[in-house]
Amino acid sequence: MTEVLRLENLAKSYGQAQVLKDINLTVRKGETVCVIGASGSGKSTLLRCVNFLGYPTGGRIFLEGKLVGREVIDRSGRTEMRYREAELCAVRAHVGMVFQQFNLFPHMTAEENVMIGPVKIRGLSKAEAKARAAEHLQRVGILEKAGAYPGQLSGGQQQRVAIARALAMEPSIMLFDEATSALDPELVGEVLLAMRKLAQEGTTMLVVTHELGFAYNVAHRVIFLHEGTIHEEGTPEEVLVNPKKPRTQDFLRGVTTFRMPEPRIAPA
Amino acid sequence: MSYAWDFNFLWALGPLLLGGLINTGKLWAIAFSSGLAIGLAFGIMRTVPSRILRGIGMVYVEAIRNTPGLILLIWFYYALPILVGVQSSAWLAACVALSLYTGAYSAEIYRAGIASVEAGQWEAARAIGLSYAHQMRYIVLPQAVMRMIPAFGNRAIELAKATTLASTLAFGELLFTAKVIAEDQFRPLETFTAVSVIFTAVLLPLSYACIWLERRVARSGGIVRD
Ligand SMILES: Nc1ncnc2c1ncn2[C@@H]1O[C@H](COP(=O)(O)OP(=O)(O)O)[C@@H](O)[C@H]1O
Ligand SMILES: [Mg+2]
Repeated sequence: MTEVLRLENLAKSYGQAQVLKDINLTVRKGETVCVIGASGSGKSTLLRCVNFLGYPTGGRIFLEGKLVGREVIDRSGRTEMRYREAELCAVRAHVGMVFQQFNLFPHMTAEENVMIGPVKIRGLSKAEAKARAAEHLQRVGILEKAGAYPGQLSGGQQQRVAIARALAMEPSIMLFDEATSALDPELVGEVLLAMRKLAQEGTTMLVVTHELGFAYNVAHRVIFLHEGTIHEEGTPEEVLVNPKKPRTQDFLRGVTTFRMPEPRIAPA
Repeated sequence: MSYAWDFNFLWALGPLLLGGLINTGKLWAIAFSSGLAIGLAFGIMRTVPSRILRGIGMVYVEAIRNTPGLILLIWFYYALPILVGVQSSAWLAACVALSLYTGAYSAEIYRAGIASVEAGQWEAARAIGLSYAHQMRYIVLPQAVMRMIPAFGNRAIELAKATTLASTLAFGELLFTAKVIAEDQFRPLETFTAVSVIFTAVLLPLSYACIWLERRVARSGGIVRD
Protein backbone atom coordinates (compact mmCIF):
# COMPACT_ATOMS: atom_id res chain seq x y z
CA MET A 1 0.00 0.00 0.00
CA THR A 2 1.13 3.54 -0.69
CA GLU A 3 2.77 5.42 2.12
CA VAL A 4 1.19 8.65 3.33
CA LEU A 5 3.63 9.71 6.00
CA ARG A 6 7.25 8.76 6.55
CA LEU A 7 9.46 10.04 9.34
CA GLU A 8 13.20 9.50 8.95
CA ASN A 9 15.41 9.93 12.00
CA LEU A 10 13.09 12.62 13.27
CA ALA A 11 14.49 14.54 16.24
CA LYS A 12 13.33 17.47 18.26
CA SER A 13 15.01 19.30 21.11
CA TYR A 14 14.14 22.32 23.16
CA GLY A 15 17.52 23.87 23.85
CA GLN A 16 19.52 21.17 25.60
CA ALA A 17 16.55 18.91 26.25
CA GLN A 18 16.19 16.29 23.54
CA VAL A 19 12.52 15.38 23.47
CA LEU A 20 12.43 13.17 20.35
CA LYS A 21 15.33 11.10 19.02
CA ASP A 22 15.71 9.03 15.94
CA ILE A 23 12.05 8.42 15.19
CA ASN A 24 11.48 6.25 12.12
CA LEU A 25 7.89 5.65 11.23
CA THR A 26 5.85 5.00 8.11
CA VAL A 27 2.07 5.29 7.98
CA ARG A 28 0.39 3.82 4.91
CA LYS A 29 -2.88 4.80 3.29
CA GLY A 30 -5.90 3.63 5.24
CA GLU A 31 -3.83 2.62 8.24
CA THR A 32 -4.57 3.55 11.85
CA VAL A 33 -1.48 3.76 14.04
CA CYS A 34 -1.90 4.33 17.76
CA VAL A 35 0.84 5.90 19.86
CA ILE A 36 0.92 5.15 23.56
CA GLY A 37 3.39 6.14 26.23
CA ALA A 38 3.83 7.86 29.57
CA SER A 39 3.17 11.55 30.09
CA GLY A 40 6.20 13.51 28.92
CA SER A 41 7.41 10.75 26.59
CA GLY A 42 7.05 13.07 23.58
CA LYS A 43 3.72 11.99 22.06
CA SER A 44 2.37 15.51 21.57
CA THR A 45 5.74 16.73 20.34
CA LEU A 46 5.71 13.97 17.71
CA LEU A 47 2.28 14.97 16.37
CA ARG A 48 3.14 18.67 16.45
CA CYS A 49 6.25 17.99 14.37
CA VAL A 50 4.21 16.13 11.76
CA ASN A 51 2.10 19.20 10.97
CA PHE A 52 4.85 21.66 11.85
CA LEU A 53 3.19 23.35 14.80
CA GLY A 54 6.67 22.73 16.17
CA TYR A 55 9.72 22.50 13.95
CA PRO A 56 11.75 19.29 13.95
CA THR A 57 15.38 19.91 14.79
CA GLY A 58 16.60 16.85 12.93
CA GLY A 59 15.56 14.25 10.40
CA ARG A 60 13.16 14.39 7.49
CA ILE A 61 9.42 14.23 7.02
CA PHE A 62 7.84 12.94 3.82
CA LEU A 63 4.17 13.59 3.15
CA GLU A 64 2.71 11.51 0.32
CA GLY A 65 6.25 10.62 -0.71
CA LYS A 66 7.32 14.25 -0.97
CA LEU A 67 10.02 15.67 1.28
CA VAL A 68 8.81 18.63 3.31
CA GLY A 69 11.31 21.48 3.27
CA ARG A 70 14.64 21.79 1.54
CA GLU A 71 17.92 20.23 2.54
CA VAL A 72 20.91 22.53 2.82
CA ILE A 73 24.47 21.83 3.89
CA ASP A 74 25.67 24.21 6.57
CA ARG A 75 29.25 25.46 7.09
CA SER A 76 30.29 22.50 9.23
CA GLY A 77 29.15 20.14 6.47
CA ARG A 78 26.04 18.87 8.25
CA THR A 79 22.76 18.69 6.36
CA GLU A 80 19.96 20.80 7.72
CA MET A 81 16.33 21.31 6.78
CA ARG A 82 14.98 24.70 5.76
CA TYR A 83 11.25 25.30 5.81
CA ARG A 84 9.26 28.04 4.14
CA GLU A 85 6.11 29.19 5.92
CA ALA A 86 4.05 29.07 2.69
CA GLU A 87 5.01 25.44 2.15
CA LEU A 88 4.21 24.59 5.76
CA CYS A 89 0.76 26.19 5.45
CA ALA A 90 0.11 23.87 2.51
CA VAL A 91 1.39 20.88 4.53
CA ARG A 92 -0.85 21.78 7.49
CA ALA A 93 -3.80 22.01 5.13
CA HIS A 94 -3.14 18.37 4.17
CA VAL A 95 -2.71 17.15 7.74
CA GLY A 96 -5.77 17.19 10.01
CA MET A 97 -5.21 17.80 13.71
CA VAL A 98 -7.55 17.14 16.62
CA PHE A 99 -6.53 18.62 19.96
CA GLN A 100 -7.17 17.44 23.49
CA GLN A 101 -8.84 20.79 24.28
CA PHE A 102 -10.96 20.84 21.05
CA ASN A 103 -9.97 24.48 20.35
CA LEU A 104 -13.13 25.24 18.43
CA PHE A 105 -13.53 28.87 17.39
CA PRO A 106 -16.08 30.16 19.93
CA HIS A 107 -17.33 33.04 17.79
CA MET A 108 -18.45 30.71 15.00
CA THR A 109 -21.21 28.12 14.81
CA ALA A 110 -20.27 24.46 14.45
CA GLU A 111 -20.93 24.73 10.73
CA GLU A 112 -18.83 27.90 10.35
CA ASN A 113 -15.99 26.21 12.23
CA VAL A 114 -16.01 23.47 9.62
CA MET A 115 -16.47 25.86 6.67
CA ILE A 116 -13.67 28.32 7.32
CA GLY A 117 -10.83 26.09 6.09
CA PRO A 118 -12.50 24.97 2.85
CA VAL A 119 -13.55 28.57 2.07
CA LYS A 120 -10.32 30.38 2.92
CA ILE A 121 -7.83 27.75 1.85
CA ARG A 122 -9.49 25.48 -0.70
CA GLY A 123 -11.38 28.39 -2.26
CA LEU A 124 -14.79 26.75 -2.07
CA SER A 125 -17.87 28.94 -2.40
CA LYS A 126 -20.06 29.42 0.68
CA ALA A 127 -22.64 27.00 -0.75
CA GLU A 128 -20.06 24.32 -1.58
CA ALA A 129 -18.46 24.68 1.84
CA LYS A 130 -21.86 24.44 3.52
CA ALA A 131 -22.54 21.18 1.71
CA ARG A 132 -19.11 19.85 2.62
CA ALA A 133 -19.57 20.87 6.26
CA ALA A 134 -22.91 19.05 6.34
CA GLU A 135 -21.27 15.94 4.90
CA HIS A 136 -18.55 15.82 7.55
CA LEU A 137 -20.76 16.84 10.46
CA GLN A 138 -22.99 13.96 9.37
CA ARG A 139 -20.01 11.57 9.37
CA VAL A 140 -19.36 12.28 13.05
CA GLY A 141 -23.08 12.24 13.83
CA ILE A 142 -23.51 15.87 14.81
CA LEU A 143 -25.26 17.45 11.84
CA GLU A 144 -28.25 18.44 13.97
CA LYS A 145 -25.97 20.81 15.91
CA ALA A 146 -24.69 22.63 12.81
CA GLY A 147 -26.13 25.96 13.93
CA ALA A 148 -24.99 25.75 17.56
CA TYR A 149 -22.09 27.71 19.02
CA PRO A 150 -19.34 25.71 20.78
CA GLY A 151 -20.43 27.15 24.13
CA GLN A 152 -23.79 25.46 23.69
CA LEU A 153 -22.31 21.99 23.07
CA SER A 154 -21.09 19.25 25.40
CA GLY A 155 -17.41 18.32 25.34
CA GLY A 156 -18.10 15.22 23.28
CA GLN A 157 -20.12 17.20 20.75
CA GLN A 158 -17.42 19.87 20.56
CA GLN A 159 -14.75 17.29 19.91
CA ARG A 160 -16.80 15.73 17.12
CA VAL A 161 -17.21 19.16 15.52
CA ALA A 162 -13.43 19.59 15.81
CA ILE A 163 -12.97 16.25 14.03
CA ALA A 164 -15.36 17.37 11.27
CA ARG A 165 -13.43 20.64 10.97
CA ALA A 166 -10.23 18.70 10.30
CA LEU A 167 -11.94 16.20 7.98
CA ALA A 168 -13.47 18.95 5.85
CA MET A 169 -10.00 19.84 4.57
CA GLU A 170 -9.89 16.29 3.16
CA PRO A 171 -6.43 15.73 4.64
CA SER A 172 -4.11 12.88 3.71
CA ILE A 173 -3.76 11.96 7.37
CA MET A 174 -5.59 12.76 10.60
CA LEU A 175 -3.68 13.31 13.84
CA PHE A 176 -5.42 12.91 17.18
CA ASP A 177 -3.68 14.14 20.34
CA GLU A 178 -5.46 12.52 23.29
CA ALA A 179 -8.78 13.51 21.77
CA THR A 180 -10.77 12.08 24.67
CA SER A 181 -8.56 12.98 27.65
CA ALA A 182 -10.41 16.21 28.46
CA LEU A 183 -13.85 14.59 28.32
CA ASP A 184 -16.11 13.45 31.11
CA PRO A 185 -15.99 9.62 31.16
CA GLU A 186 -19.53 9.18 29.85
CA LEU A 187 -18.72 11.28 26.77
CA VAL A 188 -15.58 9.38 25.79
CA GLY A 189 -17.49 6.63 24.00
CA GLU A 190 -19.24 8.82 21.43
CA VAL A 191 -15.94 10.34 20.31
CA LEU A 192 -14.14 6.98 20.16
CA LEU A 193 -17.02 5.53 18.14
CA ALA A 194 -16.78 8.40 15.68
CA MET A 195 -13.03 7.79 15.41
CA ARG A 196 -13.52 4.05 14.88
CA LYS A 197 -16.01 4.79 12.13
CA LEU A 198 -13.43 6.96 10.36
CA ALA A 199 -10.82 4.22 10.70
CA GLN A 200 -13.23 1.67 9.23
CA GLU A 201 -13.97 4.02 6.34
CA GLY A 202 -10.28 3.92 5.49
CA THR A 203 -9.11 7.24 6.95
CA THR A 204 -5.36 7.31 7.55
CA MET A 205 -4.90 8.12 11.23
CA LEU A 206 -2.09 8.64 13.72
CA VAL A 207 -3.71 8.52 17.14
CA VAL A 208 -2.12 9.39 20.47
CA THR A 209 -4.34 7.84 23.12
CA HIS A 210 -4.58 6.42 26.60
CA GLU A 211 -7.63 4.38 25.56
CA LEU A 212 -5.91 1.01 25.28
CA GLY A 213 -9.20 -0.69 24.41
CA PHE A 214 -9.55 1.61 21.41
CA ALA A 215 -5.95 0.95 20.37
CA TYR A 216 -6.46 -2.81 20.71
CA ASN A 217 -9.69 -2.85 18.71
CA VAL A 218 -9.04 -0.23 16.05
CA ALA A 219 -5.30 0.17 15.46
CA HIS A 220 -3.45 -1.75 12.78
CA ARG A 221 -0.23 -0.99 14.58
CA VAL A 222 0.66 0.28 18.05
CA ILE A 223 3.77 2.25 18.93
CA PHE A 224 5.08 2.58 22.46
CA LEU A 225 7.00 5.82 22.89
CA HIS A 226 9.50 5.99 25.74
CA GLU A 227 11.74 8.97 26.48
CA GLY A 228 11.42 10.26 22.97
CA THR A 229 12.15 7.05 21.10
CA ILE A 230 10.03 4.28 19.60
CA HIS A 231 10.71 1.66 22.22
CA GLU A 232 8.44 -1.07 20.94
CA GLU A 233 6.07 -1.42 18.01
CA GLY A 234 3.92 -4.08 16.46
CA THR A 235 0.35 -5.29 16.15
CA PRO A 236 -1.99 -4.45 19.04
CA GLU A 237 -1.69 -8.09 20.10
CA GLU A 238 2.11 -7.87 20.18
CA VAL A 239 2.47 -4.54 21.99
CA LEU A 240 -0.59 -4.46 24.26
CA VAL A 241 -1.04 -8.13 25.11
CA ASN A 242 2.44 -9.66 24.74
CA PRO A 243 4.84 -6.75 25.31
CA LYS A 244 8.47 -7.88 25.07
CA LYS A 245 10.34 -4.92 26.53
CA PRO A 246 10.35 -4.36 30.32
CA ARG A 247 9.53 -0.62 29.90
CA THR A 248 6.43 -1.45 27.89
CA GLN A 249 5.44 -4.01 30.48
CA ASP A 250 5.92 -1.45 33.28
CA PHE A 251 3.78 1.08 31.45
CA LEU A 252 0.98 -1.41 30.81
CA ARG A 253 1.14 -2.67 34.39
CA GLY A 254 0.76 0.93 35.57
CA VAL A 255 -2.25 1.77 33.45
CA THR A 256 -4.06 -1.54 34.09
CA THR A 257 -3.41 -1.92 37.83
CA PHE A 258 -7.02 -2.70 38.59
CA ARG A 259 -9.05 -4.87 36.26
CA MET A 260 -12.62 -5.99 36.19
CA PRO A 261 -14.71 -8.37 34.12
CA GLU A 262 -16.46 -6.94 31.08
CA PRO A 263 -19.78 -5.36 32.16
CA ARG A 264 -22.69 -7.61 31.20
CA ILE A 265 -24.28 -5.04 28.93
CA ALA A 266 -24.65 -4.81 25.19
CA PRO A 267 -21.71 -2.93 23.67
CA ALA A 268 -22.35 0.32 21.76
CA MET B 1 -22.28 87.14 47.84
CA SER B 2 -25.14 87.31 45.41
CA TYR B 3 -24.46 86.68 41.76
CA ALA B 4 -27.33 87.28 39.37
CA TRP B 5 -27.34 84.26 37.06
CA ASP B 6 -28.53 85.05 33.58
CA PHE B 7 -28.59 82.38 30.88
CA ASN B 8 -30.86 84.32 28.53
CA PHE B 9 -28.09 85.69 26.33
CA LEU B 10 -26.94 82.13 25.65
CA TRP B 11 -30.17 81.20 23.88
CA ALA B 12 -29.47 83.87 21.34
CA LEU B 13 -25.94 82.54 20.91
CA GLY B 14 -27.13 78.95 20.70
CA PRO B 15 -26.27 78.54 16.99
CA LEU B 16 -22.73 79.71 17.75
CA LEU B 17 -22.34 77.13 20.51
CA LEU B 18 -23.88 74.47 18.28
CA GLY B 19 -21.31 75.29 15.62
CA GLY B 20 -18.59 74.75 18.23
CA LEU B 21 -20.13 71.46 19.26
CA ILE B 22 -20.24 70.32 15.63
CA ASN B 23 -16.54 71.15 15.23
CA THR B 24 -15.82 69.20 18.39
CA GLY B 25 -17.78 66.30 16.91
CA LYS B 26 -15.88 66.43 13.62
CA LEU B 27 -12.52 66.49 15.37
CA TRP B 28 -13.61 63.62 17.58
CA ALA B 29 -14.88 61.52 14.68
CA ILE B 30 -11.74 61.96 12.58
CA ALA B 31 -9.32 61.41 15.46
CA PHE B 32 -11.25 58.39 16.76
CA SER B 33 -11.57 56.57 13.45
CA SER B 34 -8.00 57.20 12.37
CA GLY B 35 -6.81 56.49 15.91
CA LEU B 36 -8.50 53.08 15.76
CA ALA B 37 -6.86 52.34 12.42
CA ILE B 38 -3.41 53.52 13.58
CA GLY B 39 -3.88 51.58 16.81
CA LEU B 40 -4.75 48.40 14.91
CA ALA B 41 -1.56 48.60 12.87
CA PHE B 42 0.69 49.33 15.85
CA GLY B 43 -1.19 46.97 18.17
CA ILE B 44 -0.66 44.06 15.78
CA MET B 45 2.94 45.16 15.33
CA ARG B 46 3.44 44.69 19.06
CA THR B 47 2.36 41.04 18.86
CA VAL B 48 4.22 39.78 15.78
CA PRO B 49 7.27 37.50 15.97
CA SER B 50 9.62 40.09 14.42
CA ARG B 51 11.59 41.91 17.13
CA ILE B 52 12.19 44.93 14.90
CA LEU B 53 8.48 45.48 14.28
CA ARG B 54 7.72 44.92 17.96
CA GLY B 55 10.39 47.50 18.82
CA ILE B 56 8.95 50.10 16.45
CA GLY B 57 5.49 49.51 17.91
CA MET B 58 6.79 49.92 21.43
CA VAL B 59 8.67 53.16 20.70
CA TYR B 60 5.58 54.73 19.15
CA VAL B 61 3.26 53.72 21.96
CA GLU B 62 5.60 54.74 24.77
CA ALA B 63 6.67 58.02 23.16
CA ILE B 64 3.09 59.18 22.67
CA ARG B 65 1.68 57.86 25.93
CA ASN B 66 4.38 59.56 27.95
CA THR B 67 3.94 62.94 26.29
CA PRO B 68 1.18 65.26 27.52
CA GLY B 69 -1.50 65.61 24.85
CA LEU B 70 -1.19 69.38 24.92
CA ILE B 71 2.47 69.19 23.96
CA LEU B 72 1.59 66.93 21.01
CA LEU B 73 -0.86 69.51 19.69
CA ILE B 74 1.53 72.36 20.13
CA TRP B 75 4.32 70.37 18.52
CA PHE B 76 2.29 69.62 15.39
CA TYR B 77 1.09 73.24 15.18
CA TYR B 78 4.23 75.20 15.94
CA ALA B 79 7.20 72.83 15.72
CA LEU B 80 6.54 70.51 12.77
CA PRO B 81 6.00 73.40 10.29
CA ILE B 82 9.57 74.54 11.01
CA LEU B 83 10.84 71.10 9.95
CA VAL B 84 8.72 70.68 6.83
CA GLY B 85 8.45 74.35 5.90
CA VAL B 86 4.67 74.34 5.44
CA GLN B 87 2.37 76.21 7.81
CA SER B 88 -0.11 73.86 9.45
CA SER B 89 -3.69 74.79 10.24
CA ALA B 90 -5.08 74.42 13.75
CA TRP B 91 -7.57 71.88 12.39
CA LEU B 92 -4.91 69.74 10.72
CA ALA B 93 -2.53 69.87 13.70
CA ALA B 94 -5.34 68.93 16.09
CA CYS B 95 -6.49 66.05 13.88
CA VAL B 96 -2.99 64.60 13.50
CA ALA B 97 -2.02 65.02 17.15
CA LEU B 98 -5.25 63.57 18.54
CA SER B 99 -5.22 60.68 16.03
CA LEU B 100 -1.72 59.70 17.07
CA TYR B 101 -2.67 60.17 20.71
CA THR B 102 -5.71 57.91 20.38
CA GLY B 103 -3.70 55.54 18.19
CA ALA B 104 -1.13 54.91 20.92
CA TYR B 105 -3.73 54.12 23.57
CA SER B 106 -5.74 52.00 21.12
CA ALA B 107 -2.61 50.06 20.17
CA GLU B 108 -2.33 48.99 23.80
CA ILE B 109 -5.98 47.93 23.82
CA TYR B 110 -5.49 45.86 20.66
CA ARG B 111 -2.27 44.35 21.99
CA ALA B 112 -3.87 43.31 25.28
CA GLY B 113 -6.96 42.02 23.46
CA ILE B 114 -4.92 39.93 21.06
CA ALA B 115 -2.79 38.58 23.93
CA SER B 116 -5.98 37.54 25.75
CA VAL B 117 -6.87 35.01 23.03
CA GLU B 118 -5.67 31.57 24.12
CA ALA B 119 -2.73 29.93 22.35
CA GLY B 120 -5.02 27.02 21.38
CA GLN B 121 -7.00 29.30 19.07
CA TRP B 122 -3.88 30.29 17.14
CA GLU B 123 -2.80 26.66 16.98
CA ALA B 124 -6.13 25.37 15.74
CA ALA B 125 -6.19 28.06 13.05
CA ARG B 126 -2.63 27.24 12.09
CA ALA B 127 -3.37 23.53 12.03
CA ILE B 128 -6.09 24.07 9.40
CA GLY B 129 -3.46 25.75 7.25
CA LEU B 130 -4.54 29.38 7.64
CA SER B 131 -1.77 31.93 7.07
CA TYR B 132 -0.72 34.27 9.87
CA ALA B 133 -2.79 37.10 8.39
CA HIS B 134 -5.86 34.86 8.14
CA GLN B 135 -5.38 33.54 11.67
CA MET B 136 -5.37 37.14 12.87
CA ARG B 137 -8.20 38.33 10.66
CA TYR B 138 -10.73 35.52 11.03
CA ILE B 139 -9.91 33.80 14.30
CA VAL B 140 -8.05 36.04 16.74
CA LEU B 141 -9.25 39.58 16.07
CA PRO B 142 -12.98 38.80 16.06
CA GLN B 143 -12.63 37.26 19.51
CA ALA B 144 -10.28 39.95 20.77
CA VAL B 145 -12.37 42.87 19.51
CA MET B 146 -15.37 41.75 21.54
CA ARG B 147 -13.27 42.00 24.68
CA MET B 148 -11.89 45.37 23.60
CA ILE B 149 -15.21 47.13 23.04
CA PRO B 150 -15.58 48.49 26.59
CA ALA B 151 -12.02 49.81 26.55
CA PHE B 152 -12.63 51.53 23.22
CA GLY B 153 -15.74 53.12 24.71
CA ASN B 154 -13.63 54.62 27.46
CA ARG B 155 -11.15 55.79 24.84
CA ALA B 156 -13.96 57.53 22.96
CA ILE B 157 -14.91 59.43 26.11
CA GLU B 158 -11.32 60.38 26.92
CA LEU B 159 -10.85 61.63 23.37
CA ALA B 160 -14.01 63.73 23.51
CA LYS B 161 -12.56 65.48 26.54
CA ALA B 162 -9.15 65.81 24.91
CA THR B 163 -10.63 67.66 21.91
CA THR B 164 -10.84 70.74 24.17
CA LEU B 165 -7.02 70.93 23.97
CA ALA B 166 -7.50 72.22 20.43
CA SER B 167 -8.88 75.44 21.92
CA THR B 168 -5.28 76.40 22.72
CA LEU B 169 -4.61 76.47 18.95
CA ALA B 170 -7.64 78.76 18.50
CA PHE B 171 -9.52 75.97 16.68
CA GLY B 172 -13.22 76.78 16.92
CA GLU B 173 -14.44 73.77 18.84
CA LEU B 174 -16.87 74.04 21.75
CA LEU B 175 -14.48 75.34 24.42
CA PHE B 176 -12.85 77.91 22.15
CA THR B 177 -16.27 79.13 21.00
CA ALA B 178 -17.29 79.43 24.64
CA LYS B 179 -14.17 81.44 25.47
CA VAL B 180 -14.99 83.90 22.71
CA ILE B 181 -18.58 84.21 23.89
CA ALA B 182 -17.56 84.59 27.53
CA GLU B 183 -15.19 87.41 26.76
CA ASP B 184 -17.62 89.10 24.43
CA GLN B 185 -20.54 88.95 26.85
CA PHE B 186 -18.61 89.28 30.14
CA ARG B 187 -20.46 86.16 31.29
CA PRO B 188 -17.82 83.44 31.87
CA LEU B 189 -19.74 81.77 34.70
CA GLU B 190 -22.85 81.03 32.66
CA THR B 191 -20.94 80.22 29.48
CA PHE B 192 -18.53 77.70 30.98
CA THR B 193 -21.26 76.17 33.12
CA ALA B 194 -23.23 75.65 29.93
CA VAL B 195 -20.20 74.02 28.27
CA SER B 196 -19.75 71.53 31.09
CA VAL B 197 -23.47 70.74 31.04
CA ILE B 198 -23.28 70.07 27.31
CA PHE B 199 -20.25 67.78 27.72
CA THR B 200 -21.93 65.88 30.55
CA ALA B 201 -25.15 65.53 28.58
CA VAL B 202 -23.29 64.03 25.63
CA LEU B 203 -20.79 61.87 27.53
CA LEU B 204 -22.92 60.53 30.37
CA PRO B 205 -25.03 58.26 28.11
CA LEU B 206 -21.80 57.06 26.49
CA SER B 207 -20.32 56.22 29.90
CA TYR B 208 -23.40 54.21 30.82
CA ALA B 209 -23.33 52.45 27.46
CA CYS B 210 -19.73 51.44 28.21
CA ILE B 211 -20.61 50.06 31.63
CA TRP B 212 -23.50 48.13 30.13
CA LEU B 213 -21.32 46.70 27.37
CA GLU B 214 -18.61 45.78 29.85
CA ARG B 215 -21.10 43.75 31.91
CA ARG B 216 -22.49 42.10 28.81
CA VAL B 217 -19.09 41.12 27.47
CA ALA B 218 -18.03 39.82 30.89
CA ARG B 219 -21.22 37.78 31.22
CA SER B 220 -20.77 36.06 27.89
CA GLY B 221 -17.16 35.18 28.70
CA GLY B 222 -15.89 37.66 26.14
CA ILE B 223 -18.06 36.40 23.31
CA VAL B 224 -20.96 38.55 22.20
CA ARG B 225 -23.14 36.43 20.00
CA ASP B 226 -25.62 38.77 18.38
N1 LIG C 1 7.77 24.22 24.48
C1 LIG C 1 8.53 23.39 25.22
N2 LIG C 1 9.68 23.80 25.77
C2 LIG C 1 10.44 22.98 26.49
N3 LIG C 1 10.14 21.70 26.73
C3 LIG C 1 9.00 21.21 26.24
C4 LIG C 1 8.14 22.03 25.44
N4 LIG C 1 7.07 21.27 25.05
C5 LIG C 1 7.28 20.06 25.58
N5 LIG C 1 8.43 20.01 26.29
C6 LIG C 1 8.98 18.84 26.97
O1 LIG C 1 9.01 17.77 26.07
C7 LIG C 1 8.70 16.55 26.72
C8 LIG C 1 7.62 15.84 25.96
O2 LIG C 1 6.44 16.58 26.01
P1 LIG C 1 5.12 16.10 25.29
O3 LIG C 1 5.41 15.84 23.86
O4 LIG C 1 4.07 17.11 25.58
O5 LIG C 1 4.80 14.74 26.01
P2 LIG C 1 3.47 13.89 26.03
O6 LIG C 1 2.52 14.45 25.04
O7 LIG C 1 3.90 12.50 25.70
O8 LIG C 1 2.94 13.96 27.43
C9 LIG C 1 8.30 16.90 28.13
O9 LIG C 1 9.38 16.60 28.98
C10 LIG C 1 8.07 18.38 28.09
O10 LIG C 1 8.42 18.96 29.31
MG1 LIG D 1 0.59 15.26 25.32
